[in-house]
Amino acid sequence: MSTVSAGRLAKIFVEVADTMVDEFDLIEFLQMLGDRVAGLVDGATVGLLLADAKGRLQFMAASDETTKLLEMFQIQGSDGPCLDAFRGGAPVVNADLRAAAARWPRFAPVAASVGFRSVHAFPLRLRKEVIGAMGVFGRQVDDFDDTDVQIVQALADVAAIGLLHERAIRRSEALTEQLQGALNSRIVIEQAKGVIAEAHNVTVDVAFELVRAYARRSNRRLTDVAQLVVTDLPALPDLARPDERFRR
Amino acid sequence: MDDEFADGAQRAATPPAQPLMAGDEVEPLRQVCADAAHALDACGVGLSVMTTDGTHGMAAASDPVTARIEELQFTFGEGPCIDAFTASRPVLISELGPAALRRWPVYTPAVTNAGIRAVFAFPLQVGAARLGVLDVFRSRAGPLSRVELGEAFTFVDRAVTTLLDGQERTPAASEGPNGLDRLDEAFNHGAELFQAQGMVMVQLGIPIAEALVRIRAYAYTEGRPLREVAADIVARRLRLDHDRHGDGA
Repeated sequence: MSTVSAGRLAKIFVEVADTMVDEFDLIEFLQMLGDRVAGLVDGATVGLLLADAKGRLQFMAASDETTKLLEMFQIQGSDGPCLDAFRGGAPVVNADLRAAAARWPRFAPVAASVGFRSVHAFPLRLRKEVIGAMGVFGRQVDDFDDTDVQIVQALADVAAIGLLHERAIRRSEALTEQLQGALNSRIVIEQAKGVIAEAHNVTVDVAFELVRAYARRSNRRLTDVAQLVVTDLPALPDLARPDERFRR
Repeated sequence: MDDEFADGAQRAATPPAQPLMAGDEVEPLRQVCADAAHALDACGVGLSVMTTDGTHGMAAASDPVTARIEELQFTFGEGPCIDAFTASRPVLISELGPAALRRWPVYTPAVTNAGIRAVFAFPLQVGAARLGVLDVFRSRAGPLSRVELGEAFTFVDRAVTTLLDGQERTPAASEGPNGLDRLDEAFNHGAELFQAQGMVMVQLGIPIAEALVRIRAYAYTEGRPLREVAADIVARRLRLDHDRHGDGA
């Protein structure tokens, strides 16, 4: 990935550093970070985890659904590269998943079985504190050289610093407030998926697509739409009415 | 389906039957507040029950002085607790200084006069099911340590569990920690549990908070893990409207 142009890289860094927006949304920000990193590395997918107030890693964002499941699997199984990067505070790079069964007995076989060959994980660091981890998954063995590692780690560092400087608050409590709010928003999204799945008689995955498509169409935030779905569905007539195309 | 939604919306607009609770329901909440005050080195902890339609009130506090302080935010209609509820996220004010005074011009002098220097307000919620707020008051300025913050969230989970189960039944002493484990587990990995809550809400035409109570009641009655029940609901192997066991047992 060292072939990425300096211009493109600079653009991504500016984007990741720009957290001083009016309505900062932690999940959207991490989603953007994941998408940008995935775009840097050919064929890679990216997942992001942050530690909650109890110090437990929580899934925050992923560039695709399979990666989301793999990240959640790491948290549940308590083994995997992201956990190692989080605990050790240092990158874990160039791991060949076919040769990693001893290192991650639960994670490695599952990741290999869904088609991944390599994995890299980077800590999200804030000064001396590790606040989370980012996993980069590849379907080929695609080793990072030192420059690649430095670039991705620098992006992760810029993102972590940006999180604290969000809204220019220097209070240490600000990140906790944001993170706990974001975790609750994720729950609202899951509840909204259930509401739409039941109302439209579709699977929860199709329900998520319906909610997401509606949010895009109406140019509203996913979390705001999800909140309305659960608390006041009649206010969203387009979503309240079952769409025949998605009937099971 | 439309009618069911209309019904659900209407019921959602009705205040819960006992917003401020009977005596036997207050005691477990008071205990949570007292335990939290002790563990977090706070001068008091208060718990208020709130709903999105504006019904609210102090439900329990660690002591009578804190109860009066907890009520101040409702008297003035402003404060960290109200903001935490509205924004669905904690509001952690480690020093009630000039910034707090600008944000809550009436509330801030009132609580500082009562000797409070820091307020930490934690919403009691599960996604869109918003139940109330737990307020931790300290007589000295300074943030909660990382360990204290983790402990505070454990008390928040306990308060949520107590509020949810208190509406249906008083859990047997032996069920307490078990129930807490289940909820804790659900918070960790429970996408399916949250999806099931949304589905049951539509099936029964009830507000989301009541759907949580129904699923928990069903799991207790059947003696099954919450996650397993949720998985059955999401896989459409189980509907609570077809099963009488789940109804207020």
